[in-house]
Amino acid sequence: MSHAAAAHYTSTGLDSRKIAFWTFIGSECLLFGSLIATYLVYEGRSVSGPTTHEILNIPLTSVSTFDLLMSSLMMVLALAAVQRGDRLWARIWLTLTALMGTVFLGFQAFEFTHFVHEGLGFTTNLFGSTFFTLTGFHGGHVFVGVVWLVTLLVRSFQGKLGPEKALNVEIAGLYWHFVDVVWIVIFTVVYLIQTTPLPAS
Amino acid sequence: MSQATATPLHNAPAVPIAPTGLWSWITTTDHKRIGLLYGFTAIFFFLVGGLEALFMRLQLGAPGNSVVSAETYNQLFTMHGTTMIFLAVMPLSSAFFNYIIPLQIGARDVAFPRLNAFSYWVFLAGGLLLNASFVAGPLFGADRLSVAPNGGWFGYANLTSSLQYSPGPNIDFWVLGLQILGIASLAAGFNFITTILNLRAPGMKLMRMPVFTWMSLVTQFLVVTAFPVITVGLVFLMLDRIFGTTFYDVSSGGDVILWQHLFWLFGHPEVYIIILPAMGVVSEVLPTFSRKPLFGYAIVVYSGVLIGVMGWGVWAHHMFSTGLGPVADTVFSATTMLIAVPTGVKIFNWIATMWGGRIHLTTSMWFAVAFISSFIIGGLSGVMHSSPPADLQQTDTYFVVAHFHYVLVGGAVQGLFAGIYYWWPKIFGHRLKEGVGKLHFWLMFVGMNLTFFPMHFSGLLGMPRRIYTYGPELGLDTLNLMSTAGAFLTGLALLVFVYNAWASRHEPKVGKNPWAAATLEWAISSPPPVYNFSVLPTVTSRLPLWTEHGVSEIPDTPPGPMHVPGGSHWPLMTALGVLVMAVGALQHHHFVPSLVTVLAGLGVVVVSVYRWAFEPFEV
Amino acid sequence: MAEHSEPQEHQGSAHPTAATYVAIFAVLLIITIVEVGVFYVPAFHGVLAPVLLTLSALKFTLVVMFYMHLKFDHPLFRTIFTLPLLIAAAVIIALLFLYGVFRL
Repeated sequence: MSHAAAAHYTSTGLDSRKIAFWTFIGSECLLFGSLIATYLVYEGRSVSGPTTHEILNIPLTSVSTFDLLMSSLMMVLALAAVQRGDRLWARIWLTLTALMGTVFLGFQAFEFTHFVHEGLGFTTNLFGSTFFTLTGFHGGHVFVGVVWLVTLLVRSFQGKLGPEKALNVEIAGLYWHFVDVVWIVIFTVVYLIQTTPLPAS
Repeated sequence: MSQATATPLHNAPAVPIAPTGLWSWITTTDHKRIGLLYGFTAIFFFLVGGLEALFMRLQLGAPGNSVVSAETYNQLFTMHGTTMIFLAVMPLSSAFFNYIIPLQIGARDVAFPRLNAFSYWVFLAGGLLLNASFVAGPLFGADRLSVAPNGGWFGYANLTSSLQYSPGPNIDFWVLGLQILGIASLAAGFNFITTILNLRAPGMKLMRMPVFTWMSLVTQFLVVTAFPVITVGLVFLMLDRIFGTTFYDVSSGGDVILWQHLFWLFGHPEVYIIILPAMGVVSEVLPTFSRKPLFGYAIVVYSGVLIGVMGWGVWAHHMFSTGLGPVADTVFSATTMLIAVPTGVKIFNWIATMWGGRIHLTTSMWFAVAFISSFIIGGLSGVMHSSPPADLQQTDTYFVVAHFHYVLVGGAVQGLFAGIYYWWPKIFGHRLKEGVGKLHFWLMFVGMNLTFFPMHFSGLLGMPRRIYTYGPELGLDTLNLMSTAGAFLTGLALLVFVYNAWASRHEPKVGKNPWAAATLEWAISSPPPVYNFSVLPTVTSRLPLWTEHGVSEIPDTPPGPMHVPGGSHWPLMTALGVLVMAVGALQHHHFVPSLVTVLAGLGVVVVSVYRWAFEPFEV
Repeated sequence: MAEHSEPQEHQGSAHPTAATYVAIFAVLLIITIVEVGVFYVPAFHGVLAPVLLTLSALKFTLVVMFYMHLKFDHPLFRTIFTLPLLIAAAVIIALLFLYGVFRL
């Protein structure tokens, strides 16, 4: 085997970066799983202050959920465009994905400030602590994702995002879809399934 | 621009050599150098943790002693546990992951060499931050030696979460230090999983891998799944302390037991993270010095995998005294008893490996055999804990201390020393002195047993953990004195080892395979060339060097020009940024300077990551 | 493990087309509308949790299988993702039991 071939030899035929990234996604399952578990076991235990029923805005959050779902579609179309070397549509879809991610963050920012005005702060009660930490971590991940997408966009405008770089976009896509999938779980268990408070023990 | 004191080597002479000089070490991305860095740092912190233990044992050597105050004692046992686990044993295992795994699987390096360097530098940053607490008191308006972490290595809330009970920066040092170390471990986890799955040489199927590599793979899966959980628990602790959230505040509806759940969900897999690599080492050493292949290779591998998976189902056995209720207690009691089974299977397989073999009692072999006997004792006391009613007497007493030191010191440490004596010639080109090694072994073996065996008794006689003194009326004087004597003997053993490392530097040079072992790392020179393998070998057997045509020929000089990746300083810079962020967070009582420092650190991290991502770097 | 000397771009015979992706999105949209609908219709409140969990699990699976391409990729990725996912789910369920959210 020549040295060049040896340097790129893999035992699975798969790219190491993709394997590593799926492993990272696996660990993120545990990160968000622990945050969600905490939110769930603490639900209904706040002693005072606003809780789910009084303050969560389902219509608004439904819109932001649609927005994030659509951004996943944009992302997957962006990857397809990069893979076929379509510079124009790659830039369009990447821009739209990043835009929709920013819109989602806008919704979050609005929701957070509105909640604070309604008397639910980070330290107001257990609901505030668990809610803001869980959705804050998620929002932080979305923010990093937007920065990543903008970076890819800049690379594309520099002419450095051809089909040979498709894996970079694919991995950004894996990250983006995973963040979307976490939101699917959060939207369901936090917003839609609001359990009634447990009887005082 | 990748920095390297060695020029990019495409047009260079055919045989690259490792660059020299301090900068080449700071920017190294070579797994062998990173392994050495881990190893030396781990031994250094092992001595620090040992010193902490000696002070503890001095204090407890007699009743009513006043060698250290209660406050100092709390810092000592906290730092001893934290240091030994996170700064000594885990990094020592990492030293072997780094140096040995690529050699065992026939690879040139790990999958992500710069990420590998980053893991080391971040680990060093975490270790330095934690230990800086010993001298940082005056920066916080306190005495020296008063702000080191003092809430136990397990940091139970709400002692640690409440600013009323832990007002100083002690716990902040602990939380931030552990978060930093978690980053190092996670990065290494992604790296080694990918390396083991994807960089095995042709023919090196998973079930042909050496057991050490297999156990390391299981370990890394535990790392990447368990560390996020403690991260979340620590984040809650940090938020409670810095912002006044109520995760662990009972009066607001929170639950201190949640901390215990999150901690032990991590903490139990963590002890398997600690022991599995040592089990892997022993699985290499025993066959070599029995001149017999490992008995039941597949069973040993599957048992290791089973231990890893089942390790997720036992965590609440650390919480039998917290009132979980009879159903939970029963479930976790059952799972804990079950997990003894795969461990027992391995022990029988190790014994069967030696049975009928031609035993060579080298120092390495002594340590490996002692591992088995010590681990059996530690495992037996462990399974005694698995019964909740029995555990109610044992928990929070020295009986537990006896148990986990038998498995940690008798098990992990002795196992890792078996690895040190085994792989030393491969790494340094000469053996450690055998005579001095045997002295090291016997001092350590006797010392360890003298220290911890009496603790079974003092524990069952009621001596609680984490107390800085005890009264003479308890009748524990002799037992404690024995433990103290044993501790000093163990310390002496360590010094003998350090002497051995230094004094053996002029031992005769060894060839490729001084132990006539079976696995791939012994097919190349000692120490290996910077590129490891001149050609990628093809492997047809699990025991390549013990099988005719088990591995293809590996020429001593490369047949053509070789490329060796240069170094990079961006991993170090990124680690530095992380450290600055943590230092900023420590000052959280002064909000604006704290925020500025954290943001500055974040800036360094972001810039360094971008430069890292876009610098030309070829593996 | 199969041996390969060059990394492969992506395997899989049936690579989804843009039309497939849009169709998946339409399904996700519809499921989300149904979920919100279930939330607002009082008659469903008895079965709210199981229905919503099932529907969101479906969305989860669709995104992971199609958008993240797991259905068409090498089985190794499925293993790498599923194991931690199962552990996370088990942790959540175990903690819910331990905190008495389900009455045993």
